[in-house]
Amino acid sequence: MGITQILFWFLTALALGSALMVVLSKNPVYSVLFLIVTFFAISGHYVLLNAQFLAIVNIIVYAGAIMVLFLFVIMLMNLNADMNLQKSKLLKFAGFIAGLCLFLVFVAALKDAAIKKSLVQTNTGEIGLIKNLGNTLFKEYVVPFELSSVLFLSAMVGAVVIGKKE
Amino acid sequence: MTLLTIDWVLLTEKLLLVVAIVMISLVIAMYETYAERKVAAYIQDRIGPDRAGPFGILQPMADGLKLFMKEEIIPNTSNKLLFILGPCLAMLTAMMTSAVIPWGSALHFKMFGIDRMVTLQVADINIGILYIFGVVSLGVYGIMIGGWASNNKFSLLAALRGASQMISYELAMGLSLIALLMLTGSLSMKTIVEQQMTQGVWNIVYQPLGFLIFIVCAFAECNRTPFDLAEAENELNFGYHQEYSSMKLGFYLFAEYINMFISSAVMATLFFGGYDIPFFDEAAHIASWGATPVALLTGFVFLIKIAFFIFVFMWVRWTIPRFRYDQLMNLGWKNLIPLALVNMVITGALVLLKQNHWHF
Repeated sequence: MGITQILFWFLTALALGSALMVVLSKNPVYSVLFLIVTFFAISGHYVLLNAQFLAIVNIIVYAGAIMVLFLFVIMLMNLNADMNLQKSKLLKFAGFIAGLCLFLVFVAALKDAAIKKSLVQTNTGEIGLIKNLGNTLFKEYVVPFELSSVLFLSAMVGAVVIGKKE
Repeated sequence: MTLLTIDWVLLTEKLLLVVAIVMISLVIAMYETYAERKVAAYIQDRIGPDRAGPFGILQPMADGLKLFMKEEIIPNTSNKLLFILGPCLAMLTAMMTSAVIPWGSALHFKMFGIDRMVTLQVADINIGILYIFGVVSLGVYGIMIGGWASNNKFSLLAALRGASQMISYELAMGLSLIALLMLTGSLSMKTIVEQQMTQGVWNIVYQPLGFLIFIVCAFAECNRTPFDLAEAENELNFGYHQEYSSMKLGFYLFAEYINMFISSAVMATLFFGGYDIPFFDEAAHIASWGATPVALLTGFVFLIKIAFFIFVFMWVRWTIPRFRYDQLMNLGWKNLIPLALVNMVITGALVLLKQNHWHF
């Protein structure tokens, strides 16, 4: 087994294990922390695919920003492990059915997918490098890219303007 | 497979480099505490520590020993695992940033039949600045987890304050960096330094406003006075590390000094030419003196630049009083972000004009 395989299996085990712990752990703070570990494992996979930009953006946006807000909310609500949340049987059953449906959709979608052909070629995988990504974004997708960046910028300016209004 | 083949020489080289950088950061952080007390003493017209060794030079050792010897207390009602994880994370994220900083030009290493150029940088990745940004955004967790796990309302309040402050100032920091990236056209730290070396003009000349915004944000990210709202002792007793004792407290305090060291290094790299020696042609001297002396010299000059920024950090701390919390938020959101946006637009327009050879 080469170093890539060892890393791949380690990251896969880490991602799946911590993703399971997100659902299984009783303490919501632990859930959030395990979710952060999951994001790191997925970023590790991106690095293995030579998609460094995607890896670091995943960490900045999800682990660095969104999860901090999650942690904020959960810490302020101060949910504790010993505080038993009331969950009705019906709700649990509905959740189970919904989960199964999602699983079914995934299986159906991936059943006929040509996985063999679309396997990432680790030897020539350079599409994820920032230079190639930038070329693609600014040549083929320049209008949607500019539109979405203007949208983000205006959202941020809007937040400041709302803050300035007393 | 070819992406990740292991080269054992490379691995040992990088391992040695990592160990060296960690050791240097720790020693510098130790002597930053000494320097801070001396600078404070000078500004307040006192003598400062002068008992341990000549000029008090052994004072950091005594302080470190004191922290190690103190009783380790973990509060009964705290979350033990997270209580220990907090300072570990603070230390880890403080250290991680140093991986992408170029510390000097390449060393020429010739020993045991191995002949190679050793770059004084752990990883020259083409997303260097984004990596720094990512690690900085993770720095929040050390404070938040530590503050929450202490199970003390003052700690929790301080942690929330610290976290919201860091998130707010990250925005302005990122925007000020975008303007710099427009000029350099590269995210790799090494390329940015080399550009400044070949141009002979440092980025500070093109981006004075960007640098000002960046340095203010760096103060806020390091939780230093005037922005040390997370440890405002007259409001929150001692802040997020109130329940900590012994070396766990030491880790939090130490992480602050390492953060200061690393952010000084980042500022020197991005805006002040990195390891570039002013008025000195490195390439010509590498040819005449050999690579190793030049590399050591550049590394030394880089450390001098870092020392200057560390001094600025201390200077500001002992001259400007602490902000009030709403003033801090107003400065971040209502002043720095609009300024950074204006800076970004102007830089973009000028870069575009230059590409058009100054015609509209």
